[in-house]
Order: sequence, then structure tokens, then C-alpha cells
Amino acid sequence: MRVGKAMEKRKHDEKDTMGEKNGVIIRVTGPVVEAEGMAGSRMYESVRVGNAGLIGEIIILEGDRATIQVYEETIGVTPGEPVVRTYLPLSVELGPGLIGTMYDGIQRPLEEILKNNGDMIERGSSAPALDRTKKYRFYPLAKSGDTVREGDRIGCVRESVSVNHYILIPPGLSGTLHFIAEQGEYVITDTIAILDTGEEKKELTMIQRWPVRDPRPVRERLDPIEPLLTGQRIIDTLFPLARGGTAAIPGPFGSGKTVVQQQLAKWVNAEIIIYIGCGERGNEMADVLEQFPTLKDPRTGHALSSRMVLIANTSNMPVAAREASVYTGITIAEYYRDMGYHVALMADSTSRWAEAMREISGRLEEMPGEEGYPAYLSSRLADFYERAGRVSLLGSGDHEGSISVIGAVSPPGGDFSEPVTQNTLRIVKVFWALDADLAYQRHFPAINWLMSYSLYSPIAGIWWEEHIGPDFIRMKQEMMEILQRENELEEIIRLVGPETLPESDRLLLLKAEILRESYLMQYAFDEFDTFTGPKKQYRMLKAIFTFFSQAERALETGISVSRLRGLPVIESFARMGTASPEEEDPLFESIARDTDAIRDLKEVL
Amino acid sequence: MTDLRFRTYTGVSKVVGPLMVLDGVEGIGYGEIAEITLPGGEVRIGQVLETTTTRAMVQVFRGTRDLDTEKTQVRFRGEPMKISLSSDMLGRTFDGSARPIDGGGPVIPECIRDIYGSPINPAAREHPRDSIQTGISSIDGMNTLVRGQKLPIFSGAGLPHNLLASQIARQAKVTGQAEKFAVVFAAMGITYEESAFFIREFEESGALERTVLFLNLADDPAIERIITPRLALTTAEYLAFDKGMHVLVVLTDLTNYCEALREIAAAREEVPGRRGYPGYIYTDLASLYERAGRIRGREGSITQIPILTMPDDDITHPVPDLTGYITEGQIVLSRDLHRKGIYPPVDVLPCLSRLMQGGIGPGRTRADHAEVKNQLYSAYARGIRLKSLVAVMGEEGLTSLDRLYIRFCDRFENDFIRQASYEDRSFDDTLTLAWDLLSILPKAELKRISPDFIKMYYHGEEILECKGP
Ligand SMILES: Nc1ncnc2c1ncn2[C@@H]1O[C@H](COP(=O)(O)OP(=O)(O)OP(=O)(O)O)[C@@H](O)[C@H]1O
Ligand SMILES: [Mg+2]
Repeated sequence: MRVGKAMEKRKHDEKDTMGEKNGVIIRVTGPVVEAEGMAGSRMYESVRVGNAGLIGEIIILEGDRATIQVYEETIGVTPGEPVVRTYLPLSVELGPGLIGTMYDGIQRPLEEILKNNGDMIERGSSAPALDRTKKYRFYPLAKSGDTVREGDRIGCVRESVSVNHYILIPPGLSGTLHFIAEQGEYVITDTIAILDTGEEKKELTMIQRWPVRDPRPVRERLDPIEPLLTGQRIIDTLFPLARGGTAAIPGPFGSGKTVVQQQLAKWVNAEIIIYIGCGERGNEMADVLEQFPTLKDPRTGHALSSRMVLIANTSNMPVAAREASVYTGITIAEYYRDMGYHVALMADSTSRWAEAMREISGRLEEMPGEEGYPAYLSSRLADFYERAGRVSLLGSGDHEGSISVIGAVSPPGGDFSEPVTQNTLRIVKVFWALDADLAYQRHFPAINWLMSYSLYSPIAGIWWEEHIGPDFIRMKQEMMEILQRENELEEIIRLVGPETLPESDRLLLLKAEILRESYLMQYAFDEFDTFTGPKKQYRMLKAIFTFFSQAERALETGISVSRLRGLPVIESFARMGTASPEEEDPLFESIARDTDAIRDLKEVL
Repeated sequence: MTDLRFRTYTGVSKVVGPLMVLDGVEGIGYGEIAEITLPGGEVRIGQVLETTTTRAMVQVFRGTRDLDTEKTQVRFRGEPMKISLSSDMLGRTFDGSARPIDGGGPVIPECIRDIYGSPINPAAREHPRDSIQTGISSIDGMNTLVRGQKLPIFSGAGLPHNLLASQIARQAKVTGQAEKFAVVFAAMGITYEESAFFIREFEESGALERTVLFLNLADDPAIERIITPRLALTTAEYLAFDKGMHVLVVLTDLTNYCEALREIAAAREEVPGRRGYPGYIYTDLASLYERAGRIRGREGSITQIPILTMPDDDITHPVPDLTGYITEGQIVLSRDLHRKGIYPPVDVLPCLSRLMQGGIGPGRTRADHAEVKNQLYSAYARGIRLKSLVAVMGEEGLTSLDRLYIRFCDRFENDFIRQASYEDRSFDDTLTLAWDLLSILPKAELKRISPDFIKMYYHGEEILECKGP
């Protein structure tokens, strides 16, 4: 587990004993290259391929032959060209400067590459992931002579207006601080501490490296205990996510996966957002890049980009780097979690990641599993989601952090029985099933309320009742019952027509319609509807359910459902979501008055 | 580059389908171009799909017919496939391998580019926002096209997708702007007749001299279809990003393109994915579609209208399915509407324009546009649902409100969707028409429109309003 240290040591040992040794390419097919003369290499070691020095990673070893997946376009690569070893696994660079940056799947900073290489990503473009020239004000949090262990905070820099970036003792190290820098301006490569480990005096800078495929260690895994609020009514009320939880959002094209992911990025109450565009559209990334710096976070008042890291490996960028993008993202998430933050990670779309695995696996001529996916698909998915969670952190003090993961899934033909959806559902605790029919009617978010579920409902329910309102669970259950019943009634109508329905059923249909159109439907592009806090959600529910009980009473006194349907209050319900904070009070008051007035309706004879 | 690369080899060890294998070669690069001289002297172009120390596998674009294993000569060029580009290509016609077929001379290159291009850095992209008025209500009103968008037409055999595509090409304009525009047209496996139709349309609208045509027709070699769209898109990128033009790229038919990919995969005995298409078809299609867009600080743009026919009208077929997952929406044509005699037979419910949101609204089209669109969608969906009910059990059980929805639905199809192939409606015309239709419904039903807009535009009668006692 102590990979960091072992890695460093290995690099030194091997270089010393074996000297620089290169392999030779013997075969090239797409993103997969084979080389010989690679004896002594390690699985997942990072290498430089060919005369162009393309970045690659060893994925199969057999005798002195290595199979390498290459993270850049391989056109022009020729047998006979060298493969140079780096003696390091594929790793990311961690330290101040991550926030606000957009990286590709192997952590190349895209804005830098743009400045250096122009509008198109040419092969061999590279730039350091973190800015070496920027000065940060370092505040020491420990003194020299202190005994410290892995995970301890020894200093802090202000990375952005929203994020204090703690400098931690890297995993695998402990000892006494021989030296710590004074408060002052430093670049990230400056030595800010010297750690006496007993064996050696180790200089620490603000940069760490971490192999992306290894989870960063924690002290203990804990169960989620509170909801991760999203401001999306159907999610928070019916299918809640938890801090440290996992969710999947499968749906056919155009059903709203990306919009939901972006809505969550904007509104969840997590402190750090990692957004991975994995094999999706370039224009969507441009949109995020344009919107997020101007979008104010309602809690801090600062731009969202001041607490976000973006990974963009679009569908036309190299497929092997797409495979890596998900690991790059989750490793960065773990790094911020280790500082004690609540991190939310969105991966859009995990299907493209799985397809990247399939594509590479196909080139390796591995034995295909279901629908051509490799047999290890399910274990890779599980390993990834396993890196989410609420945890107690290494280091002294009782610090906690969490990573919540929301993965989009893009099933071919919208058919949820395919391997990626099925394997994902076996792992995640929340399932938001997107429905093409709802999307066709422009009922957004098109989350199907009959198919979706959340295993966090119990813990969320407790939280709502404790913090927001006492009858939340009852209203939620009633809502689910109404929606279920509506579905049954629709079946009946399809068979025998609507005229046979008794008034009580007609009222139920009216209730369901109000819930669907005025509560569950939420328009992401409206200034106010885009986000509904828990207090307002509760207020809306309360207003709707008060009306429901008045309506039932009215029905008993002989008032018809078609009369109730024509009441102006029904229209007011539809305006609750889009009401601005100023309009809110008058609107809810008028709803209350109108609801009360139902009492006075007289039966027309 | 070593001399080895220019070595010419005589003899081929194996020919399978569109592929040939050479043994005893040395230093052949992945993806490089091979010139293949047939025993009869004909020269064809191929590309290396796989290379080892001594062996190269080459796909031959104009097919392997007449290749032999003894006398065929292969010269490796040591570089990937390239195309000569020039603004003089406007008004010219080329075959699917970019050779002139209009009797004009060769293109005098202003520059030469790799046809696979390089991905646009996502950080360089500008989010497209300029809406294009196509003059077609079902598109402009419900699924607005934006400059720099990729918006495919999902069609079926025998549906009027060509007529629609040519109407879009003819009528497309960005209001208030007269800019340099161009059309790049790539045919992949369509019939002579279909291609002649497009050429005539371009000619009549006067667009022909601003059009570059690449034609791989039904009787041209299938494998060539793999490079035809790339030649077209490389040309489009040159015109857009080097010459500052707004380029509309029409690619048709992508289903034929995917067939060619499938053929290569089968010849290589790759593990097939869904319905026999290779697993990397998503990535491959993305490498075409993602070449649409705008780049910050550059004037031009590439707007793509790929056309594809859905086998069996099945939208879940891999070609439309994967396309929909990559493009920024889709225009779907319906056989039902076509049978009813409605042109353009746009089935609006499954249609989508993902870039519409940023391209409409105050200062762009009109402030009420987004809300009107949402209301039309929900009303039309409800009307369609009711009509399917009526089909089963007649109109008896319907309420008077239901009847209004049905009336709305019929008028929507007949007045809003239906228009003549030369009818060019402005955004304003389309929205006014929309309000005429929405005014069929009671005001209280317009829940997706804010009261201010209702006050401004609604002009219906309040037949259904139920007052208290
Ligand atoms: N909550 C919402 N409010 C308003 N519109 C929405 C909402 N969700 C989705 N949409 C509409 O649906 C369109 C498609 O949504 P989105 O791009 O998220 O689909 P997707 O599931 O990610 O599709 P793909 O798999 O092809 O990427 C959006 O462009 C937007 O117009
Ligand atoms: Mg999406």
C-alpha cells in the first residue's frame, strides 16, 4: 500500500543496478504497441514510445516482451524505434495549482498546451501539470522537532478564494521534522520541510506524485451518514445521494445525463468538484469552461471554478488516455479528500471508459466477455466506485473526508440490460434511470420515478426530519404511492377508457399530475428553478399536500374533480419552482389562501 | 526519414477482402500510405493498418480487385494520407479520393494537410451561439440549429431527407450577417440520381460556385468511403479556420460509411460488437463528427449535417444510436408523417438540438422562444398520447379539454410542421404561428410559459375556464 515510497526507492535501485535500458518496437496496431528487450519492466510502468517519445503504459508482460497502450496518436510509429523506460508507474502530480485547471486524461494541462502548441492538440505536446513559477504564500502548521506521521498537515497555502490547500506528509512517511519553512512566498518545487525518517533526511516540496491506479490509503472506511444535497427536487426528495455515496445515471442519448451531471457540479454541497468529461463532446467542455468561472456558488459566493478540477478527454482524443482519465480524476479527488474535504466527482460517461477498455482489449486479442467487453470489466468498475466513500483520514487528529461519485452510463439503444449498466448497478447505491419518453415530452429531469431507487433514503429521511420538517418521510411515501397508483390507473384507462373511473381515482390523477408537473419537473435553464434548497422543497411539498387534503374533503362534500382542476391554485403550483426569493412569500401565501378557500366551494346542482 | 521507407516491394503474400499483407518488408510506419501498382499499371492508394518488423497489413481504398500476389508493386510513402488544399477548390467536383472529375486540372495546392487532422483542444473551442435560420418551423422553432453544431438527419429509405437537406443548405442564414459561406458536400455510396439532385439544387440556388463536392457513389469502391468524409472535413477545416468561411458540411450517407468499417473489421477477423459493427465505431465516428465547431479567435465555423438512413427505421440501430451519442442533437424523420403527406416529415418528439439553449432568446431570436418551445413539446406530446387512446376506443370518453389537445395536435402537424419545400419562414413567422396554435388551448394550460409572455402573445378564448359558484 505504501506505494509512494516503494516507487521512489525502486526507481533508484533499478537504475543503479541495470542502467538505462531501452526496448525496441516490433509491432504497431492502433493505440497498441509491442516491444521486445523489455525484461525487468513492471506492469503499468510508464514508458516513452518511438522517436516521438509518445506517452505509453505497459499493460502486458511476457518474457522480455511488453505490450504497451499509447496515450497519443500512433500514426507514423515504426517497428525498430525505441521504447524508453521511466521506471515509474503512470502517475499524477499533486499539489497547489490543480484547482481551476483543465487536464486531458493523462493530466496534461490543456490551457498550457493551447498556449504552447496552438488550437489543435499535436502529438508529443507536453507541459508540466502544475505551474512551477507561481508563488504561493505558505503557512507552516508544524514546528521543527515535531513528530509527524503520514497524512499530517504540516502547512497550508491558499490555492484559490475557496480552497485552503493543506500540505500533508505523504503516505508511507513518518519521522521528525528536521526543518520547516517559515511563512512566506514559495514556488511548489521549493523545499518546505525536511523530514528525518530515521533512515534518511527527506526533503519535502509541495508536490507529490501518485500512481493513478492505486487508491490512496485511509485509516478507516465509514458509512455515509448524511445526504449530499443537490438542489434537484426529484433527487433530494425521492432518490437522495449521500456524502461518500455512489450513484449511476444511465439513459439513452439526449435524455439528460450531462445536464444532470452539470447541475450536480453546480449545486451539490460538496467542497471540491472533479468533473471528468470522458469520451464526450468538445463543445460540452467549452460550455463548462465558459460557464463555471462566472457561476457563483450560493454558499461561498465565489465562482465554481475556484473549487473545481476539470478532466477533458473528448471522444476524438486518444482512446487510451480516455481509459486513464477516470483514474486521473479519482486520484485527484482522493488527494483533496485526504485534506479533509468533501469531494464530489462526476464521470461523463463511464460507458466511454468501458468502451476504451474494450477497444484496447480487442487490439490485444484477449478472450472477449459479454458484448466484446473484457472479462475484467466488472472488477474495474467495482475498483473505481470502491474509491468513493466517507473515510477517516490518516494522520493525527480525527479528520474525515468523503468522495461521492456520480457516473453517467450510456447504454447502446437505451437498453439497460447491457453489461456496463448491469455491472454498474451491482455496485452503486443510487440509480437514476433516465427515460426517453419523458425526455421526448421535455419532462426534465427525465428521471423515471418508478424505476429509480436510492439505498440512502433512510439516512436522508432522518436528516430531513431532524433538520427541515417532521412530516417529510410521510409526504415522500405518499408521493411515491400516488405515482405508483397513477401508473396502474393509466393501464386501466388504456384498457377501458377514462369515463369509468370513479371521482376518487380522478382526484388521484390530478394529484399525480400536480406532483409531476409542479414538483418533479425542474427546468435547469431557469434562473430560479435550476436550484431548490431543502427548505423550499419542504415548503412546496407542504403546500401541495395541504391542497391534497382539502381536495379530498371537498370531494366528500360533492365537489367534482373537474372543478378542482379549474382552480387557479393549480396554475400557481406550476410557478413555485420558478419563483424568485422575493416572489416566494407572496406566492405561497396566495396558494395557502386559495387552498383554504376550497372549504367554501359549494356543490353546484 | 530513412531511404528504406521509399523502398518499393514487388509481390504481396496475401489478399483478403479489402486487405493485403506484405511480408519481408522493413521499417513500415503505422498509418502510412502505400501506392499500389497493379499488374495492368493502375495505381491505387492504401493505408497501413498494422505493422511489425517484417510484415505490413494494408487496406486498399479502391478495393483489391485485380491485385495479384506476384507482380503487384507496393511503394510506401513514409507519410500518412494527405490532401492538397486551395480556395480554388470551391466550385470543383472530386471523386471519393479527391481526384478531380470535372475535367478541370489538378488543384494547385496552397497547402497540404494530413486528412486525419488533430483533435481541437477543448480549451480552444468557442461554445457555438449564433443561431441559423433555416426557414423551417420544425427546426427553427423546436430544434434551432447553431453555427458550429453537428446536427444529423436520421431518416429512412425513401424519405425526403435529401430535399430537406438541400432546403436547409439553400435557406440557411444568420440574421443580420452577410458573411463568407461555403458548402462542402461528401457523398458516400449514394446513387447517381441522388447526387445529381444535390448538384442541381446547388446550381439553382447559385451555391454551386461556393461548393466543393466529393463524390463516392454507389458503384464506387466501398472502402474508399473511409477517406471521403476525411478529405471533405480537412477541406472544410481549411476553408473555415484558414480562410474564415462559415462552412456547412453535408455528409451522406453515414450508414454506408459504417458498412465500409464493418467490412474491414470482418476482413481482419476482429471480434464484432453490436450487430457485427466493430467496437471502435464510436471512436471512429467521433473522429468525424467532432471536427465541427468554432475556435476562439478565429472567424469561420464548421456546421455539419450528416445524413443517415436508419435500417428498418430503427433508431436503436448502432449507426443512429452511436451518432446520437456524439452529435449535438438530431432531426428525426417519420414514415407516418410522410405517409400523411406532410413535408417535411419531422417527428419532433425524438428530435433535439442541444445547442438551442444558447442560440435563442432575447437579442438572438425572441425572449419567449424557449418557453414556447417547451410548451409546444408538452402539448404536442399530450395530443399524441390522447390520439393513441382515441385510436383504441373512440372519442366518447374524452373531456372537452382533451378534444382541444387533439385539435392542437392536428393543427400542429398540418400548419406548423407542414410547409412547402420553397417556403422560407422567419423566426418571427414561426413563433407567431406557434402562438396561434397555443391559443387553441386555455390559458391555464400554458404552465411552461410565464404570465408576462402570455399577456403579450396569447389570443385564445377562455372556453374552459371554470369559475367558482
Ligand atoms: N433538467 C433539464 N432542464 C432542461 N432541459 C434539459 C434538462 N435535462 C436535459 N435537458 C435537455 O435535454 C438535452 C439533452 O440532455 P443531455 O445533453 O444532458 O443528454 P445526455 O443524456 O447527456 O445525452 P448523451 O448521452 O448523448 O450525451 C439538453 O440539451 C437539454 O436541452
Ligand atoms: Mg451527455
